[in-house]
Formats: sequence, structure tokens, C-alpha cells
Amino acid sequence: MNLLLIILAPLLTALAVLVCRNKEQVKWTALAGSLAQLILAFLLYFAFRHEKESGEPAQMLFQQDYALFKNPNIHFHIGVDGISVAMILLTAFVVIAGVLVSWNIEKMTKEFYFLLILLALGAYGFFISLDLFVLFFFLEISVIPKYLLIGVWGSGKKEYSANKLALMLMGGSALILVGILGLYFSSGGSFNILQLANTNIPGSTQNYIFPLLFAGFGVFTALFPLHTWVPDGHSSAPTAGSMFLAGISMKLGGYGCLRVAAYLLPEGMKEYANIIIVLSAIAILYGAFATMMQKDLKYINAYSSISHVGFSILGIAMLTQTAVTGAVMQMISHGLMTALFFAVIGMIYDRTHTRMVAEMGGLMRMLPFISTVFFIVGLCSLGLPGLSGFVAEMTVFMGSWENTGAFYKIATIAAAMSIVVTAVYILRAIGQTVMGPVKKESFLSLPDAKWNEKLAAIILLAGILAIGVAPGWLNDLLRPETEQFMHKILGVK
Amino acid sequence: MSDFIILMKSELVVTTIIFLLLFVKIGKGMRNEKLLPLIQVLLLINVLFSFVFNKEGSLFDGMFSTTSLIAFQKSILSLAVYLISLLCSVWLKRSEHLPEFFMLMLSALLGMFFMISSGNLLIFYLSLELSTIPVAAMANFDLQKRASSEGAMKMILSSAFSSGILLFGISLIYGTTGTILFSEIPGQLDGSPIQILAFVFLFTAFAFKLSVVPFHLWTADVYEGAPIATTSFLSVVSKGAVAFIFITALYKVFQPLEETWYLMLVILSIATMVIGNLFALRQKNIKRFLAFSSIAQVGFILVGISAGNEIGISSVVFFILVYVFSNLAAFGVADVISAASGKESIDDYKGLYKTNPFLSWIMTLALFSLAGIPPTAGFFGKLFLISAGAAKANYIYIIIVALNMIVSLYYYLIVVRAIFIDKNEQPIDKIAISKTVKLALIICGAGIILLGLLSWIYEHIQSLTV
Repeated sequence: MNLLLIILAPLLTALAVLVCRNKEQVKWTALAGSLAQLILAFLLYFAFRHEKESGEPAQMLFQQDYALFKNPNIHFHIGVDGISVAMILLTAFVVIAGVLVSWNIEKMTKEFYFLLILLALGAYGFFISLDLFVLFFFLEISVIPKYLLIGVWGSGKKEYSANKLALMLMGGSALILVGILGLYFSSGGSFNILQLANTNIPGSTQNYIFPLLFAGFGVFTALFPLHTWVPDGHSSAPTAGSMFLAGISMKLGGYGCLRVAAYLLPEGMKEYANIIIVLSAIAILYGAFATMMQKDLKYINAYSSISHVGFSILGIAMLTQTAVTGAVMQMISHGLMTALFFAVIGMIYDRTHTRMVAEMGGLMRMLPFISTVFFIVGLCSLGLPGLSGFVAEMTVFMGSWENTGAFYKIATIAAAMSIVVTAVYILRAIGQTVMGPVKKESFLSLPDAKWNEKLAAIILLAGILAIGVAPGWLNDLLRPETEQFMHKILGVK
Repeated sequence: MSDFIILMKSELVVTTIIFLLLFVKIGKGMRNEKLLPLIQVLLLINVLFSFVFNKEGSLFDGMFSTTSLIAFQKSILSLAVYLISLLCSVWLKRSEHLPEFFMLMLSALLGMFFMISSGNLLIFYLSLELSTIPVAAMANFDLQKRASSEGAMKMILSSAFSSGILLFGISLIYGTTGTILFSEIPGQLDGSPIQILAFVFLFTAFAFKLSVVPFHLWTADVYEGAPIATTSFLSVVSKGAVAFIFITALYKVFQPLEETWYLMLVILSIATMVIGNLFALRQKNIKRFLAFSSIAQVGFILVGISAGNEIGISSVVFFILVYVFSNLAAFGVADVISAASGKESIDDYKGLYKTNPFLSWIMTLALFSLAGIPPTAGFFGKLFLISAGAAKANYIYIIIVALNMIVSLYYYLIVVRAIFIDKNEQPIDKIAISKTVKLALIICGAGIILLGLLSWIYEHIQSLTV
């Protein structure tokens, strides 16, 4: 399979959207484009499995390498392993759902879809690049669409949120830039991830490059205490914007922490693992408790995202194969779940024109479909077996428990306690909105989900169930990669 | 004789155009509507001609020399002048003294050509003067505006001051080394205090021309007062030419003093970026805003220069090429708006996207390129500068540079936000853009997107520097 298709599809979609004449054309082009991306992602998955089953030994498949610049030595080098395939699948799911829920956008439709697809392009490119420069390029591409999506189509204090988000992410990028330049010069001039993985960089050098890279990607993935853009950004963004931010963008950071910071700098990772464990445990607990205090549905999901993403960082820092597998699963699971959560919140807001939990009630009577989905996604968030959240978090806990030593056990227990808190805020929020008496007369005539909203919800639910009911396929996809990953990290003494 | 014609062909072409304009002026004269397209065609020929018949060599005992890199630098400057003539055509057509304006501009360009080709300090000084004094007259071209005269006055005074310092430096160099030839000076430099002093004087003169902090004080007033055609010439062409000769001076002439100038560059580039950025944050007028942002950009150029090797040269040349397109696009949009509505405040740009989407997108592209956001060429430009500077493994310096990119993004976003997000009861009316201006803006926009992605352009520049 030609990997270029994965980035050509969104690129062509974005260009096609630009030449469209009216809103209908724009919407259908965007939908067709995102459907093509979904199909390509599936094709990639099956082609990847086929290659692996036929015993392909290479770590990265479908590689392509074009020299761009000689000095600095930059190649347009792409390739995928199991983790990237999983991430691409996630992106494709979220993109098509995002396109569907934005169906009724009235203001500057063309620009909206253009920026949305551009954001997706950045994510796809990021996940397939094997050259740090190209990876950085795609990471940066997605910053400006986020700014404009929030600033133009957002709500609330959108200017403030958009600025804060753009500047914090840019700050993260600046750290990453210095980090990859450090890697480049200390490895004798290479941006190639595969080459860098085989280069022995002295431990002392790793110790000062690692924090730059991990903190840089940590901004993207909302590592405590660099998470402050998340609540504002997510709550001000338009529905699809929040879905993309939480579902895709935050995963760029997690993937970067794993693929770049931890994988290329194993000594640094081991050096700082304990600090990261403490920070992620704080994020998990702090996020959960902060969510308890929130009254706005979007803020609830934003803070709970901080808590949930903490699990994937915790998994990475625990440095056991199971925990790292769980961390990647958590990224996928949380991406799907939080995208669906934001989609549902958007649907409710479109109808009730409020996001305040206290002002809603009894929505199940008028909006049975939306309420049901809301309920399911809530249960996924609090980790009910059968849904993806349980699988991922359970794997992280099991992996973390493999570490002996009181420190790890305490961190794991502390993180696990957050599940109780999660249950409290999720059940409270859902109970107050979906059940109970109807608070306003006007709510009685609300229409239930339309076809596009139903389709979006079903697509994301399908993903959640596919992981929750039969996690085997995802496990098979990720295990070989995390095994190799752990071999690399623990092999170097 | 034939060597003379081939090696000096860029200068000869420009001189010919200047004389043609002189004849037009003292003859019957032409209406601006006819003259301007003619000038634009001549300038286009000048650009195209600069790419062909290039030969390396030197004349007059090494006083004048040219290489393929220098020829390429001249092409960049010619291209910028051509783009300015297209972008500012609305204002230029209205001008009562069109031929004079171009005569002055081309004289300055001629001075710059001689400057980057110069092989000894005397020619260098003369050509530097030739490239500065006409610009001061150009700054005064908004004859009704007092700010314009004030800007011109400030410029002439500050450049006279910097020339004085430069001459003092040159005399000290001559006194201690006994030569003014670029090729002979390095052998005579021993790093004695008086030579360091002379070098600091020369460095100061360059810093004045590049508006490096703390020698930047004239910049904002001149940029604001001068007509936009002059401002864009000053900020793009003048800066570019001085940066080119600055590299030659540091790398070739003062190579033995590398430790000294590396330290000076690090300190001054940090000061320039920080001060330029902090002042840009507070600006309300788009021209002043771009003035301070271009001061900050100079700070980045100094980062590339500090590398002290071929990568430093190629990254700076590439950055200036990118900067030509990005800055001219920004000034071009500002000029279209200012010529049509007389509005130059950032607040007036609020809601621009509703009425003028094309101008808004070009402005946004230009600002993102200046801020260094991909996929624009500015991203590549900044990245090459920074990675050139990082080769000395001075990571604290690189972190400070990278952090400055965040600050600069903040103020570029202020303008983007005004254009796209902020509401305005009375946005600027829809502006009818003439075809030439539109063409020039599209060229700039295409350049901003393509220069970085087409990697052979940078490869070509690198092949010139080896």
C-alpha cells in the first residue's frame, strides 16, 4: 500500500473544498473525502496485518524515502508500525464524525471545513513520518487551524482561549524544536527516527534533551502542569473543534512522548520516569477532582480528559510492556470516547442552548437517541467492562502493578482511586441531564438526532465497542511494537 | 573590455534604466499611466537578465568582484524592486514625480550592487553611501505629510552619524594594517585593542543599517512616515543588501576575530529579538508594527550569521529570499488598503475578512510566514537559521531564540485576530484591486507557499555557497 495516499486524501479534500461553489457542495465533498480517508485507513490496517502475518520482519512497513535537503539532512521519510496504524484509524474515525456533526454550520462553511481537514492532514502526516523534521512540520501545521477554528467559530471567551492555546502549543513546539536539534547534532547529523534509535547518545546528553522533548510533547498532551490550555480551549471550541482537539491533537502529544522522547532517549526516560509518574498521578487525581466542581458539560469533559490522558502518560512512564500497550490503548480509547462525548454535548447544546448541567433534566423523554449515546459514553468514561475505557485502563493498571516497589504500587493505587471519583461526576452529570423532571417547557418540543448526528455517533460507538468487546485485534496490533519498544529501552544499560 | 561588460552587467543594466528615465524626464515626459508599465517591464527585464550570462571574476585589481552567489543575491534584490513596483502601483501612479522616484530607487539599488560586489573598503564606503542617501530622499516622497519629512530627516542624520563611525573605523583599520583590500586585511589582523576598536566601529555602522538594537531608534519613525513603497524598499532590499555584505565582512575580512564577533552577534541578536518583539506588541499602526517586527526578524538573521560557515551563508540568503516575499506581501496589502481607504491602524483591519477575503488571506499567509508557521516558507527559513546557529551547540542561546518565536507569534496573531475574529461596525469597504497588484500579491503568496516545499531552491543556494 502506498502511504502517500494517507496524506494525499486529506490534502486533495482540502483543495477540493476550496474550489466548491456552495455550502452543499462543500459539505458533501468534505464527507466524501473523510469517507475516503476512513476507507484508506481500513485498507492500511488490513494491508499491514497481511504483511505482518506473512512474516515481514521490518519494524516499519510501507516505507518511502525522498531526500529533501542535504544540509540539514532532511528526508521526507514515511512508514508505519502497529502504533501508527492504530492512530491513523483513530484519526479517520474522529474526522468523519467531526465532519458529520458540523453539518449545520452556517458561518463561513467553506473555511470551516478547509481548516478542519487541514488539521486532519497535520495529524495523518505526523503519525506516518519517520523523520523528526517532517514530524515537526506536520505537528506545527495543526496549530493555526486550531487557533482559527476556536477564534472564529467558537463560543464564550474564545479570543482568550484561542490565544492561550496557540501560544502554549507554540511554546511546546519551541521546546520540541530545540530538542530535535539537540538530537540532530549529538547524533552526528540525522533526523531519521530509525537511525537515531540505533545511535548511542551519551546518557548525560540524553538527560538534558529528554526533558525538552517530553515537556514539549507534554504540552500537546496536557501533561500536568502544562495542561492549562485544555479546559479553555476545549470549552470554547466549536463541537468538531473540541472533538479534533481532544480526540486527535492531544494524541499527537502522547504519540510524540512515546515515539520520540521515550524511544529515542531511553536513558533519559529512565532517569525521569519517577518524576513523570508523580506528575501523571497528580494529573489523574487533580483532573478527576477538578471535574467534580464543574457545572458546564464541556468543562466536565475537558477536565476529565486531563485525568484520562494522565493514564496514558502513566502507562508510558511505568516502563513495562503491558503498561505501555495500555497507554496506547488508552490514547485510542480516549480519542474515540472523548470525541463522542463532545459530539453529544454539541448535539444537546444545539437543542437546549445551554451546557449547564443544572438547567437541564429529563432529556431522555425528548431525545432518546442522544441520551442513550450520552449514557453509553459516560459508562465508557468511568470504565464499565465491555467498553473501550475499561480495557485500556485495566491494561495500564495491570502493567503498572508488574513493577515491584512501593512507589509504583502507591502511584497505581492513587491513579486507580480516580475511577471512583470519575464514577461520581459522570453519574451525577448524566443523572441530572438525562433523567429527572424536565426543567423548561421549551425542552418538551426538542427534536431528536438527525441522520448525520446518528451516523456520527454510530461510527464512534462502533469503534468504542470494537475495542471494548473484542480488544484482541488492537492488542495484536500493538504488542509486537511495544515489545520492541521495551527491548530498546531496557536493553540499553 | 568584454570582461568589463559581462562582470558588471547587472550594474550596467540598472545604469541604463536610470538614464532612460532621465531622458524621459528631461524630454517631453510621459503620463504615469503609460510610464509605469514601461518601468515595470524594464525592471522585469532586469530581473530576468540577472539570471543569465553570469560569470565569476574580479575587476580593477580586486576592487570589484562577482561570484555566482553574489549574482544570485543581486537577482533577489532586483526581484524585490520589481515586486515593489507592482505592489505599490496605485500609489506610484498618483505620484507627481514618478521618474524621479524610480531614479532614486534604482540608484540605491546600484549602490547595493556595488556594495555586495565590493572588494575593498573604499568602494564599500562609497557604495554604502550611494545606497543610503537616495533612500532618504525617497522617504520624503509624501510631500504633503510632515511625518514623511521628519522620517527623512531622521534617516539622513542617523546615516550620516553611522557613516562617520564607519569612516573612523576604516581609517583605524588602514592605520593598523596598511591596506584597504578585503583580501589582504585578514593576514594583518592581530587582535590588538585598536583593531578590535576599529572592528567595533565597523560593526556599529552595519548595525545601524540593519537596525540592530540598540541602533534601531530611527527605524520605526522612518517606516511610519515614509510612503509604503519606500518602507518596503528599506525593510527588504536595504536590509538584504547590508546583510549580504555583512556576512562577507565577517566571514572573509574579519575571520581572525571570529571569537569577538560571535559573542557580539549572540548578545546583539538576543537584544534585537527581545526589544523588537516587545515593542511590536504595543504597536497600533500597521507600518510601525511591521517596522518592529522586521527589527525582530533581523535578530533572527543574526542568529544565522553567527554560525560562521557555509550553512550560515546559505541559510541567511534563503531567509532573505523568503523574507522578500513575506514582507512585501504584508506591505503590499497594507499599501492597497492605505491607498484605497487611507487607513493604517490595526484596529481598522477588524472584520477585513468579511469584505476583502483575498487581501485577508495574503496578509495572513505573510504574517504566518514571518512568524515561521508551516507550511509557509518562513518556517523553513527560520528553521535553517536556527539550525545553522545551533551548530555551535550553544543551546541556551537557541532556547532563547525559540522562545522569541512564541512572542512573535503572539503579535502576529493580534493582526490575524483583527482580520478574522474581531467584529467591526464599519469594516473597510470592498476594495477593487487592479490586475498588476493582484498579480504581484499572487506571486508573493505562491512564493510564500512554494519556496520551502520546493527543496531544490535551498539546495541551489547551498551549491552557490560552497
